[in-house]
Amino acid sequence: MSAAEATAEPQGGALNDWLRERISHALSEFTAATALVVLFIALSFASPYFLTADNLFNIGAQTAVIAIIATAQTMVIITRGIDLSVGSVAALAGVAGAMVVRDLGFPLLAATAVAIGVGALAGLLNGLLVTVARIPPFIATLGTMSVGRGLVFIMTGAVGVYGLPRSFQLLGNGEIIGIPFAVVITAVVAVGVAFLLSQTRFGQYTYAMGSNLEAARRSGIGVGRHLTYVYVLAGVLVGLGGMIAASRVNSGQPNYGISLELDVIAAAVIGGASLFGGQGRIVGTIIGAFLIALVRNGAVLLDISIHYQQVIVGLIIWAAVYFDQYRRRRLESRG
Amino acid sequence: MDAAPTTTVGTDQPAAGEPPVLEARGIVKRFGHVEALRGADFTVGKGEVVALIGDNGAGKSTLIKTLSGVHPPDEGEIRVGGRPVHFATPVDARRAGVETVYQDLAVADDLSVAANLYLGREILRSGPLGRLGLLDKRAMRQGAAAALAELGVRIPRVTTPIAMLSGGQRQCVAVARAIIWATNVVILDEPTAALGVVQTGRVLDVVRRARDAGMSVVLVSHNMPQVLEIADRVEVLRLGRRAARLRADEVTTDDLVAAMTGSTGAERDER
Repeated sequence: MSAAEATAEPQGGALNDWLRERISHALSEFTAATALVVLFIALSFASPYFLTADNLFNIGAQTAVIAIIATAQTMVIITRGIDLSVGSVAALAGVAGAMVVRDLGFPLLAATAVAIGVGALAGLLNGLLVTVARIPPFIATLGTMSVGRGLVFIMTGAVGVYGLPRSFQLLGNGEIIGIPFAVVITAVVAVGVAFLLSQTRFGQYTYAMGSNLEAARRSGIGVGRHLTYVYVLAGVLVGLGGMIAASRVNSGQPNYGISLELDVIAAAVIGGASLFGGQGRIVGTIIGAFLIALVRNGAVLLDISIHYQQVIVGLIIWAAVYFDQYRRRRLESRG
Repeated sequence: MDAAPTTTVGTDQPAAGEPPVLEARGIVKRFGHVEALRGADFTVGKGEVVALIGDNGAGKSTLIKTLSGVHPPDEGEIRVGGRPVHFATPVDARRAGVETVYQDLAVADDLSVAANLYLGREILRSGPLGRLGLLDKRAMRQGAAAALAELGVRIPRVTTPIAMLSGGQRQCVAVARAIIWATNVVILDEPTAALGVVQTGRVLDVVRRARDAGMSVVLVSHNMPQVLEIADRVEVLRLGRRAARLRADEVTTDDLVAAMTGSTGAERDER
């Protein structure tokens, strides 16, 4: 290394570096996209129902919820955290949204605001547990997961919230010129968060904290406050996702989202987010969310039991994290 | 410690009467029952490189952390440009123009070189977009490239993530970052401890350039030949106090070791 350094950088070397940098950045995204295309083609051949308009619409709506919540998860993972509470909080938000419609006659927009508010509060709780109480994110959000699930069962008496007007289905099953409304919302969320992460100071701090918390602190970044914001924003998105999920089934389901955290963590990691913090992009997460939704959808079409789906998602998580480790080691061994 | 003379710092000092850029007087710092600093003094003049040396446990790290706001002192006074200051946090020290490069390299590996140089001091777009926190990445790239070129730091591109640089390049970026933002003093804690010969030379070149541009530098080092090569003056810490102040061109490494260990018996007086 030092011998190479002593000579002036030739143009070709710089170009090589630039290429390697680009490739290493996009490698996991490219791999995930390839897997997505291969799976899509395979499923088209494997099942006659796969390419029907109904099924594609269904995949779109299914992807939407995973993608929105995985986007939230990605932000948290970039800070070197993790949010295990997403499933419970999504259920809590969806049930709250459904209840205010049924019991208080809230219009859809106001109900959505309530769901988002519930998510934001849960996010604030997570953020304060991590920053003020200094509980590691894994444990803090594990607690929130349990508390949230308990609360939603208490609120509903473990019975789904039914008897909602048809208009409640707009978010989950509505469409704009043939495109699921949920997909449009997802696109707006994804573009917004991608912009936030890549173009703003907020994004810069998010990556910096995950990359080297001490460096961020010494640089004068208010890391506690900023980390809390990240959890709150993630909670907002989880609340929105929970509302869309409730809208899809036109009811508030207290047991919605059990083990959803696995799907969204898998989506984020497949897309290149690193559990060691500092890395992750929304483009990759969206691809990952699509992949997970396709696996779920394909398994249903091919009549593979839900139990095997669990096994498959677990295998995907192992593979993605192993790949991340491998990539990190290679990158670091250059230094 | 008592009544440390401030006017006899060195012969190449600016006009007598101009206060030192950074000065510590009678600093006491205790950790529980352990007294790490027992009335330590320290002085840095404008545009000089001062090496801070001492045996393990002499209090070097503690003194550095006091000067950079990590550990506020229990007793004693810190002055910047003759004005008493209180550093409760590292941010306070930075506001006073004192930048520190810590041993454990406070850079964010996943961020680019430019992003690291501007971390916590990002340039935002002008107008309402800036108020929303939108970064002016182009301005930061250009600023980073210009600043690094001025300091003679060679890296492939300012958009390269730090993780893809060599150890020496990383250290150069960390040192450059401190120099760019410091208005008074840069404190370097063992900046070359983990580096090879060529890379060490690179870092020391950066330090020289900064000194030539009028920056004051505090260098903590165990490497005695290096200390004599780069420093104008050497301050020796022993048992939590200043044991000697030496001019680098008048002493040998043996003298430094003797002052550190106190083996000469007689303490060298200042001057």
